[in-house]
Amino acid sequence: MTAVEDRPDAEIGQSRRRKEDHHLITGRTTWTDNVTLPGMLHIAMLRSPVAHARITGIDAAEAKGRPGVVGVFTGEDFKDAQGSLPCAWAPDGLVNPNTPSIAVDQVNFAGEIVAVVAARSKNEAQDALEAIGVDYDPLPPVLDMEAALKDGADLVHPTTESNKIYTWEFESGAAGTGEPIQEALDTAEVTIERRFIQQRLIPSFMEPRSTVVQPVGDGITMWSSTQIPHILRTLLGVTLGIPEQKVRVIAPDVGGGFGGKIAVTPEEVLCTLVARALTKPVKWTESRSESLLAAHHGRDQIQDITLTAKRDGTVIGLDVHLYADMGAYNRLFGPSVPVLGAFMYNAIYKFAAYRFVSEGVFTTKTPTDAYRGAGRPEATYAVERIMDELAHELGMDPMELRRKNWIKRDEFPFTTVAGLTYDSGDYDAATDKALQLFGWDDLQRERAERRDRKDPVQLGLGISTFTEMCGLAPSRVLGSLNFGAGGWENASVRMLATGKVEVVVGTSPHGQGHETAFSQIVADQLGVPFEDIEILHGDTQSSPKGLDSYGSRSLAVGGAAVVKAAEKVVEKARRIAAHLLEASEDDLEFEKGSFTVKGAPGSSVSMGEIAFATFLGHNLPDGIEPSLDADATYDPINFSFPHGTHLCAVEVDTETGFAKIRKYVCVDDVGKPINPSIIEGQVHGGVAQGIAQALYEEAVYDESGNLTTGTFVDYTPPSAADLPGITAERNVTPSTYNDLGVKGVGEAGTIASTPAVMNAIVDAVRPFGVNDIQMPATPERVWRAIHGQEKSGRAEEGTNAYGGATTDGGAL
Amino acid sequence: MTKINVKVDGVSYSDEVEPRTLLVHYLREQVGKVGTVVGCDTSNCGACTVDLDGQSVKSCSVLAVQTDGSEVTTIEGLAANGTLHPMQQAFHDNHALQCGFCTPGMIMAARDLLKNNPNPSEDEIRQGLEGNLCRCTGYVNIVRAVQQAAGAKA
Repeated sequence: MTAVEDRPDAEIGQSRRRKEDHHLITGRTTWTDNVTLPGMLHIAMLRSPVAHARITGIDAAEAKGRPGVVGVFTGEDFKDAQGSLPCAWAPDGLVNPNTPSIAVDQVNFAGEIVAVVAARSKNEAQDALEAIGVDYDPLPPVLDMEAALKDGADLVHPTTESNKIYTWEFESGAAGTGEPIQEALDTAEVTIERRFIQQRLIPSFMEPRSTVVQPVGDGITMWSSTQIPHILRTLLGVTLGIPEQKVRVIAPDVGGGFGGKIAVTPEEVLCTLVARALTKPVKWTESRSESLLAAHHGRDQIQDITLTAKRDGTVIGLDVHLYADMGAYNRLFGPSVPVLGAFMYNAIYKFAAYRFVSEGVFTTKTPTDAYRGAGRPEATYAVERIMDELAHELGMDPMELRRKNWIKRDEFPFTTVAGLTYDSGDYDAATDKALQLFGWDDLQRERAERRDRKDPVQLGLGISTFTEMCGLAPSRVLGSLNFGAGGWENASVRMLATGKVEVVVGTSPHGQGHETAFSQIVADQLGVPFEDIEILHGDTQSSPKGLDSYGSRSLAVGGAAVVKAAEKVVEKARRIAAHLLEASEDDLEFEKGSFTVKGAPGSSVSMGEIAFATFLGHNLPDGIEPSLDADATYDPINFSFPHGTHLCAVEVDTETGFAKIRKYVCVDDVGKPINPSIIEGQVHGGVAQGIAQALYEEAVYDESGNLTTGTFVDYTPPSAADLPGITAERNVTPSTYNDLGVKGVGEAGTIASTPAVMNAIVDAVRPFGVNDIQMPATPERVWRAIHGQEKSGRAEEGTNAYGGATTDGGAL
Repeated sequence: MTKINVKVDGVSYSDEVEPRTLLVHYLREQVGKVGTVVGCDTSNCGACTVDLDGQSVKSCSVLAVQTDGSEVTTIEGLAANGTLHPMQQAFHDNHALQCGFCTPGMIMAARDLLKNNPNPSEDEIRQGLEGNLCRCTGYVNIVRAVQQAAGAKA
C-alpha cells in the first residue's frame, strides 16, 4: 500500500523518462551483432554487380579452399530448399513470380545474392568472396516504369507476360461512397493536373541489419534485427517448411526500422539454410553499403493527379493514377504500399468524387517495401501540393481554400469519399494554434516585403494539413483488401507473488519506448507503481502471440490489448478481494490499486496483497484458479485518424538555389497523450525524415542499373547541421475507437512534413513562374527551376486549368 | 600480427592484432566492448566514436596498431561508480535517444564538443555534432541535452 502513495494521480499523461534508456546510454546493449555463440561461423554474401543477367556459371572451388572457409553455397545448392520469399498481399491477378533468396540462374537487380560464404571469422568470409568467379550473360536493364509497361518492353522476369504486377482501382461512384469521377471530370469549372515524383528513398535505420541463427535440435533460434519477430517466425517456417513450433525468433535491441525492417529477408532465409546445412550457429551483419544496396527501398512512385473544383474553391473530384516501382520482386508488403495510401488522397477534404488507380511495375532495381508512412506520405504529398496549386490558380489564400473544404469539427463522425469513417478531429483548432505559434501574419508580411524589394533571398510559406489512417488494422478490413494476415494484437498481464507485474506484449519496439508507455498504462489500470512493471517483448518464446510494430499500431492496437488484459486481471482480483474482505463484489470500489468496501474505508485490500494471497492459494473463493493473470487479443474496430497542421518557412537564395528552413511549427492531434515527451520525440524524428525527402535524400541508379548512392557519402541522411529546430505542439480530440482514446504517432511527422517544405519552396519561387520542383529540392534543382527556360507559371485563359485569378493575392 | 598494449576503460590489455584491424573491431571483437557500434563504412555516421587519449575519434578511422600505448574510453567506461556522466544523464533527461544505436557515439562526441567549447550556441552544437548521424530524434532533443549538460558544467 505505502509504495503507491507517492504516485501521481495518473501515470498516463506524464512525460516519464524512459525505462529503455539506461542500457542504451551506458553501452550495455544487446544488438544482434553483439551476439556471440560457441562455434559460431560468420557469413558473407556475394552480390551481383550487374542489374540484369543470366548466370552462366559459378566457380567456387578456390573460395572453398581459402583459410577458415567452412562452406560456400550458391543458388544450385539451395534452389529446392529456399522456397519463395513471401508476399503478404495477394489480390486477384497479382503477378508474383518466384522470389528466391539466392539467385539460381538469373539476377534481376544489382545487389542480389549469388553466393554465400561461411567462415571462422568475418574477415575470412569476406576475403573468400573475391575468389568466387561468376559468369554473367548481360540482359538489358529495365529502369523506367512507363517504358517497362509498353508493349515489347524488355522483361525483368522471363516467366511473366509483362512487367505489370497489378492494377488496383477504387472509384467512388462504383463503390457507392461518392459521385462518379467521370462526371466530376466532365463538368469541372477548374481542372488542375500535375505529375508528382516520389523519389526512391532508403529507410536508413542506424543499426545495420544483422541475423544470427542457431540450430536447436530440428529447429532454430534466430536473433534478428527485425520489426516483426512474430510474422517472421510464422513465415520463415512456412517458406522453409520448418514447423512453426520449432522456430524461435528473438528481436533483441533493434536500432530503428522505419519500415525498413518489416521484412522476411533473403539473408534471414540464407542464414537459416547455412546454419542447418553446417549444423553450426552463424552470424551475418551487413555493412552500410550492403544495406543501402540491398535492404529494401521505399517510395518510388509517379503520381498523376487531377483535381477538379468550382471557381469559388469548392473541391469536387480527385483522380489519382500511380505507377509504383516494386523493383525486381514483390516483397512482404511492397505491392500493397500504394493501397495503404489509396484511402488517404482525399485527406481532410470533402470531395464529391474520387478515383484511385495504382499500377505496380517490375524494374531491375532493389525491391521496394514499407518506409515510414508507407503509401500515406505519398497521398498526403500529392493532395497538399495540388491544393496549393489550386489556390494559386484561383488566386485564393491556400489556408482559406483548405478551410473551405475540410471537414468541420461538428461533422464528425464523417464518412469520406474513400469510404473511411473518421471519428474525431478538429482541423480548425489545430490550424489556429499552429498559425499563432508560427507567427504566420508576420512571416507573410516579411514575404511580401522581400518580394517587393526583389530580395535575392526569398521567403516561402508552406502548409500541410494532413490526416492519416493508422493503427493497422481491423482484421476484416485487411481481409477485404486481400492481406494475408489480420491486424489484432495480443497482451497478457500477470501479477507475480510479490505484487510486481509482468506484461507480455506482441508489439515489437525498436526505439518507440513501449516499455515506458505500456508501464504507464498498466500502472493506472492496476494501481501499481510504474517501477514495479516489466514489459516483455521481442521473443516468440516469451511473447508467443503478436503482429509486431508498424503502421503506427503499437499503442492504438497493442496498447488497447494491454488495457483489455489488465481489466480482466482487475475483474479477477475483484472476486478474490470480495472473498478476502467478506463483502459482495458489487460493494467494492477499486481505486489506486486497492479494493475498498463502500462506506467502510478501513476495510481494504491492495493488488499486491491479492497477488500474494493468490500465490499462496490458501484462502481463495471456491472454483477460482490460483493465478492472477489474463490474456487479451484485441482486434480494432476501425483505423485511427491522427491529423495536424504543419507550417514551414523556407528561405530560398535565388542566386544559388539553396533552400534553408527558417521555421517549422506543427500542431498534431494524436488523440489522448500517454507520454507527451515520447510523442514529441516521435514527431521530431518523423518531421526530420519528411524534411529529408524534401531536401536531401534520393536513391539514384545509373543507366546500367547500378545504385550510385550506395554509401552515406552519396545517400545523405541529414545531420544536426542540416535540420532546423522543430516546434511540436498538440491539440487533443480523443479517438473514439479504443479505450485509451489514442490515435498513433509514429508516422505522423513523416507524412505531414514533406509537402509543408515543398509548398514553402515553391511558394518562395512562384514569382519566377515556378509551380513545381522535383524532390529532393537540391540547390541545383531549385536554381534550374528559377533560371530555367521552362516556366510553369499559371494557366492561361481558355485552358481547363484556368482558375480566373487576376491578382497575386494571398496565393502567390 | 602485431602486439599492442592499450588501456580501455581503465583496464590494461596486451593483444596481438592484424595490422588491418580497425580500432572499433578490436574493441568489439577482442576486448568485448560491444557498447561501441559500427553504423557505416565510410566514417560518416560517428556511431563508433570513442575517446583516444583525450580526443574524440571515430574508431573506424583508427587502426588498432595506432593505439599502442594509448588510453581509450568508450561509452562503457563513462559512468563512474554507478553515477552517470552528466552527458548520459542529460540524454536521459531530455529524451535525446530513441533506438539508441547512435547514442554511444553521440554522447562521446557531445562530451568532446563541450570540452572544446563549454558554452556552445545551438548552431555551434549542431555544427559540432555534424559528424554523428541520428535517424530517430531529428536532433532536437540531442541539442537540448547538450545544452543541459553545458549548463550543468557551468
